Amino acid sequence: MNFDRIREKLNILADAAKYDVSCASSGSTRTNQNKGLGNASKMGICHTYTADGRCVSLLKILLTNHCIFDCAYCVTRKSNDVPRAAFKVQEVVDLTINFYRRNYIEGLFLSSGIFKSPDHTMERLVSVAKKLREEENFNGYIHLKSIPGASDELMYEAGLYADRLSVNIEVPTISGLKLLAPDKKHEDFTKPMEKVKNEIVRYQSEHKVIKNIPKYAPAGQSTQMIVGASGESDKDIMYSATYYYKTYNMKRVYYSGYVPVTHDARLPAIGSQVPMLRENRLYQTDWLLRFYGFSVGEILNNQHPNLDMDVDPKLSWALRNLHHFPVNVNTADKRLLARIPGVGMQSVDKIVKARKFRKLNWDHLKKIGVALNRAQYFMVCESRLWERRDLDADKIKGMILQNSTGKFRNQYSTQLSLFN
Amino acid sequence: MNATTTLVYDGSFNGFLTSVFVAFDEKINVADIQKNNQSQNGLFSETETVFTHVEKAKRVWNGIRNKSHNAISNVYFAFLSETEGVEMMLYTYIQKLMRTQNGKYLDYSDSTVLHIAQLAKKVGREKHRMEAFVRFQLTKDEIYFANIEPDFDVLPLISKHFRDRYADQKWLIYDVKRKYGIYYDLDHVEMVSLNLKDIHHNKTVKSDAFAPEEYEYQTLWNDYFKSTNIASRINPKLHTQHVPKRYWKYLSEKKEAV
Ligand code: SF4
Repeated sequence: MNFDRIREKLNILADAAKYDVSCASSGSTRTNQNKGLGNASKMGICHTYTADGRCVSLLKILLTNHCIFDCAYCVTRKSNDVPRAAFKVQEVVDLTINFYRRNYIEGLFLSSGIFKSPDHTMERLVSVAKKLREEENFNGYIHLKSIPGASDELMYEAGLYADRLSVNIEVPTISGLKLLAPDKKHEDFTKPMEKVKNEIVRYQSEHKVIKNIPKYAPAGQSTQMIVGASGESDKDIMYSATYYYKTYNMKRVYYSGYVPVTHDARLPAIGSQVPMLRENRLYQTDWLLRFYGFSVGEILNNQHPNLDMDVDPKLSWALRNLHHFPVNVNTADKRLLARIPGVGMQSVDKIVKARKFRKLNWDHLKKIGVALNRAQYFMVCESRLWERRDLDADKIKGMILQNSTGKFRNQYSTQLSLFN
Repeated sequence: MNATTTLVYDGSFNGFLTSVFVAFDEKINVADIQKNNQSQNGLFSETETVFTHVEKAKRVWNGIRNKSHNAISNVYFAFLSETEGVEMMLYTYIQKLMRTQNGKYLDYSDSTVLHIAQLAKKVGREKHRMEAFVRFQLTKDEIYFANIEPDFDVLPLISKHFRDRYADQKWLIYDVKRKYGIYYDLDHVEMVSLNLKDIHHNKTVKSDAFAPEEYEYQTLWNDYFKSTNIASRINPKLHTQHVPKRYWKYLSEKKEAV
């Protein structure tokens, strides 16, 4: 192996791949077979974190950054003047295996610019995955990016080797897509999604009958949307996300605050702030929809098309819906408990278990880990102290903001400071 | 007043479980349970040395497990925290557990239960971190070798993870602080006690113990790590929160930072 040349390529092709935010290595269960190399666990592991605090669990690279298309938001686009490179299939295989053996990574996330044609490119991606599985007996995680416009046959093959497939929608609205990615049609994205969804459904039903048929994309599919590039509202974004979750059984939708990388009049200028707080709020919303039983219309609607920046979406919802509160923690069902600001799902579980033994008071709740600085305004417990009965939403919000340290003010946290 | 007894055991988990067995079996009024190398007599208590007895330990293990799976893992994890006085806390915990009727003892409003759960959680986090932060270096004799220096004694907890994952390569993970390691020889994982003098930190100086391409891959990884960063999003506080500095010296991607 010529390490100097590989080094150059890696620098170019990792750099171009870093804007894809998906780095999850979770959701698959591939066991190590025949004393081979690697496995993939339900949990996934972050092996390190970037200087900006994001998890690194996969070797995330492009096969090549040559591209025949010209999407405005993309560093790799044809009209951008950057050094170009391309990996050989075997080079990607060797890098993955050697990084994996040293416990640097959970697996590979391979994407690519489109060279020649979508199918030509997709075929290469598939052959990397195939080699890893069949020649190297590699059972670690593989995420392949589906190239928009790739054929059904290749999507089928991709799913046999990959744990996850994704095609990034990038622009949440069709009009935005026309403007920013003139070479792509909406169907180029949705057709592969549809194929993958159907294959997964088919796999699951056949698997019930025949146990040893080959897995098909066991970690499902995901997609990504860029936030803040084409003037869409949070409502637009979350309604699109909900659509993709429902229509194509997405495992995850990722939200990526747009990092200006090219000069283009259609886009925010280079040097503009990356909307990280907004991105964080979108993830929090996504979380509420997937795990807390909220429906999207409760959180975003015509009266409230954008998320609040100063408070998290659950608190924001509670403040707009004070008539649901206070919730009695000693009697309320799980669904209602989960709606109290400052009470996370873990606390909900602990509350339900603990209250079998005794009626809970403020002290118990504090020990359990409820964030009382927020929760106290929305619940009653075994205590006569509930002094804030007469407060209105503005007062409550004011008091919470005043008493919270950092959490809401930390504008640059990219991490999900969830609702513990 | 009943006489109290301090039980002294050999420091192993089985030894601890045996002590619990002895205490229950002989209805001892336990003053303390201590490791033999750090035992101190209480003023008014007798000392009894407990000899590790695997069968007895097993009975206690099964007894706890039959009550609750969650409890048995809490007990083991909390024990590995090596926290001073954890034995007595665990003893109280096990007593409470054995007295409960309804099987599971999950009353988080009880301070012992909560405390043990918290300790177990800390150890669990360290386990998880070590699964992430082990960095193997390939030696000339084809063993993937790693140093770690965890806060808690987590080698026994991570052994299965690495065995399941790296079934086709020999590896050795060495705990620098506790001076022992786990070694996988393609068949079994064994505990090995070593006293390594030459601890291979991520020094920029190369050691000839390692395969020639080893440093090439470290460089590639180091480069890769750098190029994943998006400059306009940099957040050092968040970074060190996830990768605390005390781990840096064994992380190849942090080579230059140490
Ligand atoms: S097709 Fe993909 S790689 Fe090419 S310019 Fe568009 S987004 Fe970038």
